[in-house]
Amino acid sequence: MEDKKKKNRIKMREQTPQARIQNFMEVPYGYTPNEAVEEASRCLSCLRPACRNGCPVEVDIPSFIKLIKEGKFIEAAWKVKEKNALPAVCGRVCPQEIQCESLCILGKKGEPVAIGNLERFVADYEASEGEIQTPEKPKVTGRKVAIIGSGPGGLTCAADLIKSGHQVTLFEALHKPGGVLVYGIPEFRLPKTIVEREVEYIKKLGVEVVVNAVIGKLYTIDELLNGHGYDACFIATGAGLPMFLGIPGENLNGVYSANEFLTRANLMKAYLFPEYDTPVKRGKKVAVFGGGNVTIDTARVALRLGAEKVYLIYRRSEEEMPARKAEIHHAHEEGIEFMLLTNPTGFIDDGKGNICAVECSKMELGEPDESGRRRPVPIKGSKFQVEIDVGIPAIGTRSNPLLLHTVPDLKLNKKGYISAEADTGMTSKQGVFAGGDIVTGSATVILAMGAGKKAAKSINEYLKWKYWDFKR
Amino acid sequence: MFEIVKKEELSDAVTLFEIEAEDIAKKAKAGNFFILKINEQGERIPLTIADFDRDRGTITTVFQKIGKTTHHLGTLNEGGFISDVIGPLGKPAHIEDFGTVVCVGGGVGIAPVYPIAKAFKEAGNTVISIIGARTKNLIFWEDKMRAVSDDLIVTTDDGSHGRKSVVTVPLDELLRTDKSINLVIAIGPAIMMKFVCITSEKYNVKTLVSLNSIMVDGTGMCGSCRIEVGGEIKFACVDGPEFDGHKVDFDLLMARQRMYLDEEKFALQRYLESYKEKKGGK
Ligand SMILES: Cc1cc2nc3c(=O)[nH]c(=O)nc-3n(C[C@H](O)[C@H](O)[C@H](O)COP(=O)(O)OP(=O)(O)OC[C@H]3O[C@@H](n4cnc5c(N)ncnc54)[C@H](O)[C@@H]3O)c2cc1C
Ligand SMILES: Cc1cc2nc3c(=O)[nH]c(=O)nc-3n(C[C@H](O)[C@H](O)[C@H](O)COP(=O)(O)OP(=O)(O)OC[C@H]3O[C@@H](n4cnc5c(N)ncnc54)[C@H](O)[C@@H]3O)c2cc1C
Ligand code: SF4
Ligand code: SF4
Ligand code: FES
Repeated sequence: MEDKKKKNRIKMREQTPQARIQNFMEVPYGYTPNEAVEEASRCLSCLRPACRNGCPVEVDIPSFIKLIKEGKFIEAAWKVKEKNALPAVCGRVCPQEIQCESLCILGKKGEPVAIGNLERFVADYEASEGEIQTPEKPKVTGRKVAIIGSGPGGLTCAADLIKSGHQVTLFEALHKPGGVLVYGIPEFRLPKTIVEREVEYIKKLGVEVVVNAVIGKLYTIDELLNGHGYDACFIATGAGLPMFLGIPGENLNGVYSANEFLTRANLMKAYLFPEYDTPVKRGKKVAVFGGGNVTIDTARVALRLGAEKVYLIYRRSEEEMPARKAEIHHAHEEGIEFMLLTNPTGFIDDGKGNICAVECSKMELGEPDESGRRRPVPIKGSKFQVEIDVGIPAIGTRSNPLLLHTVPDLKLNKKGYISAEADTGMTSKQGVFAGGDIVTGSATVILAMGAGKKAAKSINEYLKWKYWDFKR
Repeated sequence: MFEIVKKEELSDAVTLFEIEAEDIAKKAKAGNFFILKINEQGERIPLTIADFDRDRGTITTVFQKIGKTTHHLGTLNEGGFISDVIGPLGKPAHIEDFGTVVCVGGGVGIAPVYPIAKAFKEAGNTVISIIGARTKNLIFWEDKMRAVSDDLIVTTDDGSHGRKSVVTVPLDELLRTDKSINLVIAIGPAIMMKFVCITSEKYNVKTLVSLNSIMVDGTGMCGSCRIEVGGEIKFACVDGPEFDGHKVDFDLLMARQRMYLDEEKFALQRYLESYKEKKGGK
């Protein structure tokens, strides 16, 4: 009995698949305090905790779990927050199975400690029960920093810099702050109230949040640094430029980029049409293309918008899918049909400019490619058609040039992302730092937060000495 | 929040707003547009910056009431507020001295063509303008257009004002007789721009059009506004809205504009009914 308990983690209760595909509410309910204590008690409080090496921001995992064991939930939340400003977000969306939990010692014999679930628990507990801790007002430095983009990278950097006593302004192009957390990741995976709570928190600390500010258009970086009197800038604008498949028929009505489909559904709340004004095509038969988190999110949103059938079409096999395992599992449970080793080759017109089917080829796996994954190659004569009325390529994003074109002295790499030092976020332009997806390409929430943190630290240094030495 | 500081009804269906937006006014150029969202439930719609006043810190826009959002917008009054105004967006119009240019504005397209005609005039061009609409009371800014044009031709489909014709008839005559014309600019409904381009192509005169595809963010993030120019996909919000009209696939643009016809009809009807109820209840 005791042994079994150690082996298996406490499952989080969740909405049944039949119920949840009818709504946009969060899928798992979260732990109760008892469940959290029980799960926490599985942790061995390792002296040299391997789990910590798997966390990009080195959350002190054994310490916060120990506090849970002792029933000190609020203190546990503060412990996490020493390293991670957005635990309610990360507990929900971090790919734990390849990060912290992948290295947990218990994983060798059974299931690793549910670190993500526990992190989520303490953050939610603090929000509902405790006083949100606001740090003491720091000494005012008189320095001004502009942060561009309010995704996890920008939010984290802003929170750290305001705590150092600088004046911080966060500029966001959209009408709502949060970046991908509000426009991309759907409500049922990350409730928007959580993001709003975090934004309110940094506002309370004194960060000025300016929405509807498209930097590069409304102001340029040089204007911010010179005319507006900012001493430094942090660019965290994400990788917001959708990629299309480049196959015939891609401009037909009913074909969306994942960005557009998700933005309509999440940010603009098209699922509440006509109470909200923005429409989105509610397909009966929907196909999404790709194998990442974005693909799965898109498929699950389409299902909740009322699709009878949702196909996930991916050219490799399930093993190669980069999406989080938990989400792949959820997608299966909800009845999304995976068409693996299948590649779209064209969208078919119904004669009125709408999509009515997609033509696909069957694939087989050949030799490994640069990414180390076996390259899919089409099988001759295997073409077939699938009837659909909405098709959504979700195959990734690239660097959006809108802002970058207005900063000619900012060095970019050959893929068009900003060249920045990994440890400091320093770029080729004095006073300008960058981090998150606009430097690395599409990555993760926690990595963007890590970049925001590192940049805040080096911006602090820079504001003291105004010394610039970019080594790349 | 952005205040409406002036409202003017230009015709039965067309309204002018002057909106306080100091920083946008500072940066605005002819050809730019902005996006607005009326309130929390609202959708984001693009409108052209038809004029701006840097001293007063205002932008002017002229819109036609066609669907739910523009009807709702039309009910707002001076002193009222719009929750979100985002801009200036898009590339500004390419203005230089080409010699003689013809500026064609159709319907509500008269408003966005005005600042461009004005800028061309200021750059030293001879400006001939053609403005047209279905009927007399849809024509506006005739005097403003005349003030920035060397010659102005007005047309209506039903002949109730100016010449009884569509805009392409006088355009064809001009291009046939006046060989000094180097450039045509056309802004209006997609179908009008298409026929302007067909006309000017016959005479090999370069033609710029301003495309009005359906948009969401206006920053190149979503791809909703994508169109085909010279066989390539372009995003109207960041690559345009101005393009070489002879290369634009207008049929695709028009098809994509019809994407939400059912939803739009439903939303407008629902809105008009609830608006009537509210008014009746007062
Ligand atoms: C659908 C989806 C699901 C995902 N799921 C997960 C997941 O489960 N787990 C995970 O770890 N990661 C996930 N990711 C990836 C993760 O969200 C990103 O890696 C992360 O958000 C990057 O953060 P960022 O701060 O770099 O930028 P973003 O979150 O992209 O935010 C950038 C912000 O900058 C703004 N901006 C852009 N240009 C300008 C400008 N010129 N002026 C002003 N503002 C500007 C944008 O509007 C945006 O709000 C997902 C991504 C998507 C799209
Ligand atoms: C760059 C640009 C500049 C524009 N400038 C002006 C202007 O100065 N004055 C003016 O009256 N109109 C302008 N438009 C068109 C204006 O955006 C639409 O008339 C408006 O969005 C209609 O919204 P609605 O809800 O009232 O009508 P709906 O009933 O929703 O739509 C009516 C038609 O408008 C178009 N439309 C709908 N939603 C959008 C959207 N989100 N983005 C773009 N088009 C849409 C569609 O073709 C649709 O069939 C411009 C469009 C673009 C792209
Ligand atoms: S931040 Fe992410 S990786 Fe780090 S401990 Fe929390 S869930 Fe794990
Ligand atoms: S490795 Fe696992 S058991 Fe050890 S401290 Fe980390 S979470 Fe606890
Ligand atoms: S409106 Fe989204 S990319 Fe142009």
